Amino acid sequence: MSISLFYFVAFLSIFFALLVIFAKNPVHSVLYLIVTFFTFTIHYILLNAQFLAIVNFIVYMGAIMVLFLFVLMLLNLNEGSIGSKSNLLKMIGVIGGMCLIITLVGSARVLNASEPLVLQTQDLGLVKNLGKVLFSKFLLPFELSSILLLSAMVGSVLLAKRDIKQV
Amino acid sequence: MELAFIIEKFIVVTVIFLISLTIAAYSTLAERKIAGYLQDRVGPNRAGPGGMFQPLADGLKMFFKEEIIPADSSKALFILGPSLALLTSLIGSAVIPWGQSIEIADRLVSLQIADVNVGILYIFGVVSLGVYGIMIGGWASNNKFSLMGAIRAASQSISYEIPMGLSIIALLMTTNTLSMKEIAEQQHGINWNIFYQPLGFLIFLVCSFAETNRTPFDLPECETELVGGYHTEYSGFKMGAFMFAEYLNMFLASAVMSTLYFGGYNYPGMDWVNGMAGPLFGPLIGMGVLLLKIFAFIFFFMWVRWTVPRFRYDQLMNLGWKVLIPLAIANIVITGIVITIYDKL
Repeated sequence: MSISLFYFVAFLSIFFALLVIFAKNPVHSVLYLIVTFFTFTIHYILLNAQFLAIVNFIVYMGAIMVLFLFVLMLLNLNEGSIGSKSNLLKMIGVIGGMCLIITLVGSARVLNASEPLVLQTQDLGLVKNLGKVLFSKFLLPFELSSILLLSAMVGSVLLAKRDIKQV
Repeated sequence: MELAFIIEKFIVVTVIFLISLTIAAYSTLAERKIAGYLQDRVGPNRAGPGGMFQPLADGLKMFFKEEIIPADSSKALFILGPSLALLTSLIGSAVIPWGQSIEIADRLVSLQIADVNVGILYIFGVVSLGVYGIMIGGWASNNKFSLMGAIRAASQSISYEIPMGLSIIALLMTTNTLSMKEIAEQQHGINWNIFYQPLGFLIFLVCSFAETNRTPFDLPECETELVGGYHTEYSGFKMGAFMFAEYLNMFLASAVMSTLYFGGYNYPGMDWVNGMAGPLFGPLIGMGVLLLKIFAFIFFFMWVRWTVPRFRYDQLMNLGWKVLIPLAIANIVITGIVITIYDKL
């Protein structure tokens, strides 16, 4: 039951991820990306990681994608407005795609079936366990990444403010 | 997964679904009645005694009106917009504990659809999803006014989600759990969270007004500037779906505030009443008390709508980013200090 459910959701993830690339309209593309993120949320729930699932839901689907959609709606790009690519770009695209295929086929040749994932305990992904591990075993990386995020935030505010200071 | 469990959940879901829809429908009548009262008018009183059948008449009117889809719109998304708005406003009530478990024929029936152990975050997620209906509908209309309304809705919702989340964090520090059920159980009797988190509640309340797009923060549908806002191009039942979603959101926001800060189904003297009424009717009385609290909040929403004028857009942003976020962060710090001192004593 769980395995077939996983394959179904995995199929949906790949299907919508492909639609993101193939959609002609950028806004449709973003909407497909939102659905793709939703299937990731289902994957997290299947892995019993409820906290990660809901955080993925809030942060990626609820906040970041709203900003993407926001910008695209303001730009109001239409199907024709991107324009056709030059022949040189097309050639580069073909070569890049060929390289990707060769790499994928090469890696598929040495592929082994991975060890089946066994959850140590059923409650592994609950908030309580996550918090305890985060604030004891992984305290240093956690604090470092929070400082990194803070500096990124200050940097983006500085970049946005620069124009006003010069005037 | 036995059959009885599935049937039980199905009945609970259906009942809660019907209650939500009925309350949302009658909120439209209540809104007009309250507006009438505050403006010294009578309000709708033609359909049935005291206008009781007005929501039915409005619903029929919405159904039978002509549906117009603008020729230049993207049709699938134009229909998806209101559907999504209605969907997101309905799924939020799944984690609200509507009462203690009732006992029917030696079987404990939980009056909560799903006790997710990240219940508060689930509601937060559903709220943040709610803006997609408006954004998609506004963009698909292919109308500048609709697009402006949609963009206002998005930026307003993103801005007010931050202080809302921060006020929830302060609440979580006192409750120590994310499960709505446990939060409701902790507030037994009159031990309500409002006494521990008064500032947090105030921030949450203001943010709820912004998230449900109610006056004084209803800039996405500001008639004086944007014709009708994001639903300018909508007619018939699709327009009705947007309107209905607003009232459902108001109901959900009231239910969440009652559960998180005002004790949910708890009330002073509930043990005595439960002892008198028995294991079937006692929890149902609790559910009635919760509904009364929700009605009080809905009345408050309407009272504010007909009292306070609409904010200007820069005032809205200033309030969100320069007042509410610093206040919410201060609230977290104060809560942390108080908890530390309390633990040391």
